[in-house]
Amino acid sequence: MENEKILELKKIATEIRLGAVEAVFNAKSGHPGGALSSADILACLYFNELNVDVSNPKWEDRDRFVLSKGHSCPGLYSALALKGYFDKEELKSFRHTGALLQGHPDMKAINGVDMSAGSLGQGFSCACGMALAGKLNNKSYRTYALVGDGESQEGQVWEAIMFASHYKLDNLCMIIDNNGLQIDGRVSDVMNVMPYESKLEAFGWNVISIDGHNIAQILDAFKKAKEVKGKPTAIVAKTIKGKGVSFMEDQASWHGKAPNEEQYNIAVSELTAYKNSLGGNN
Amino acid sequence: MADKIATREAYGNALAEFGATNENIVVLDADLAEATKTCVFKKQIPERFFDCGIAENNMVSVAAGLSTCGKIPFVSTFAMFAAGRSFEQIRNSIGYPHLNVKICATHAGISVGEDGATHQCNEDIGLMRTIPGMVVINPSDGVEAREAVKAAIDYNGPVYIRFGRLALPIINDNDSYKFEIGKAIKMADGKDVTIVANGMMVAEALEARKILAEEGISASVINAHTVKPLDAKTIVDDAKITGAVVVSEEHNIIGGLGSAVAEAIAESYPVPVVRHGVNDVYGKSGPAKELIEYYELNAKGIVDKVKKALSLKK
Repeated sequence: MENEKILELKKIATEIRLGAVEAVFNAKSGHPGGALSSADILACLYFNELNVDVSNPKWEDRDRFVLSKGHSCPGLYSALALKGYFDKEELKSFRHTGALLQGHPDMKAINGVDMSAGSLGQGFSCACGMALAGKLNNKSYRTYALVGDGESQEGQVWEAIMFASHYKLDNLCMIIDNNGLQIDGRVSDVMNVMPYESKLEAFGWNVISIDGHNIAQILDAFKKAKEVKGKPTAIVAKTIKGKGVSFMEDQASWHGKAPNEEQYNIAVSELTAYKNSLGGNN
Repeated sequence: MADKIATREAYGNALAEFGATNENIVVLDADLAEATKTCVFKKQIPERFFDCGIAENNMVSVAAGLSTCGKIPFVSTFAMFAAGRSFEQIRNSIGYPHLNVKICATHAGISVGEDGATHQCNEDIGLMRTIPGMVVINPSDGVEAREAVKAAIDYNGPVYIRFGRLALPIINDNDSYKFEIGKAIKMADGKDVTIVANGMMVAEALEARKILAEEGISASVINAHTVKPLDAKTIVDDAKITGAVVVSEEHNIIGGLGSAVAEAIAESYPVPVVRHGVNDVYGKSGPAKELIEYYELNAKGIVDKVKKALSLKK
């Protein structure tokens, strides 16, 4: 049973990757690298963890998710489309003039997007506000935020880390997509913000380190995070930028670039082959 | 009511007054509660007051998150750190999604006094009014400050309200007074020149009107408490009668009410518009009352600008 769930989530993660690549290809712009690195986390969130109601996107008791690293939205949009928040066809007009799917998440227009984000550092603070509101309103919902490792160079992220700890927001879970790359190169070379674990612990957080592509570890981390009271939890997820598309993997140059047709076809065939290798009904 | 009260004082009192019955109101401050007067709310309703420490950018975005869950957050710090430091958080976290957050900034303008240029924000109105969908209000006394807070609570969307440090005379304590967002108040009629003002300059404009009357010049006075949306109709209609406009504000002459009025007049009924305010310079340290004289942010300064406007009349 447990293995079946993991297999299913692996397939969904691959579907998310296929949708993200399709969106970026059709847009001829966008950010595939971080979308691919976070796809397994998104699959676990939207298809196992989050208590949401697709037919009632603004349901006040729903779990919240904020994509603070908003540029990775091809992954989020792909997950939301798979979940049924909007037609999958919308992915093809991502970033097009007048289309639904904006270059960065827009909560006003897009069902399932809990916060407009994209200017780095801000979305995570917004998630802190949602978690605080949950406490004030005696709601049991949880708030999740996906933060980039490069993003955490923003001072505001650490203001928010301080805030969440001070107000004991144990209903808040931050996931760091630690893919190690940003536009200008390796995070450790551009401006080394690591190690996260000891810094977060010093700020009073519960910290769980995982392989961000290991479904069982992701699910287990979410479970453990819920059990910790009195402090927020950070899941530091080691990931590979561009995961699943061989020529994009661990390449900073694929942070914000669209594949050409030939590259797109290779990406689709690689992801499809992987999905087929997982067996079952496709 | 006291003869004089700072608008920040009226703000703190209004928060406590309306917060008592509206449980959705939450107040965030950045280590300045005693100065911004959110301490009045804090003392009365501590469970809905959140000190965010000296970390304004996080505070503004936290407020955005709170508002998505039905809260009505009031965010307070000095104007320099709200509109200035956190401009982009206000623009992207609050403005773009049009969230129901009230940014209530105190210690605006030269009248901050001794703290000097680093703390005297003369740019906030200009910054805030460039944000699409943002309501921008600069109340003229304690009565109007309370009404502005009330109106902001009733309005669903982002609002920036500017409050001052200095005690101001009460000028709106009459039965006919009515505050409405985006509706300027005609304080006095005139034939020769229209004086448009807001904040502490409204009382000075009324004083200037008296001085001008002694010289045989008839000035109307309009209190444009809401800079955005600007009540262009009231201002333009009056300009059609007088044929000349002076705009007075405790703000840089670039970007604020003066610019807003000049834009409205230029686009619909061009007549001379002369701006009175801080003349594109930084402030200085000194007692507020001395600085007001130094920068001529007073009736005398307005009278001089009226003379200039009249000389430009065709």
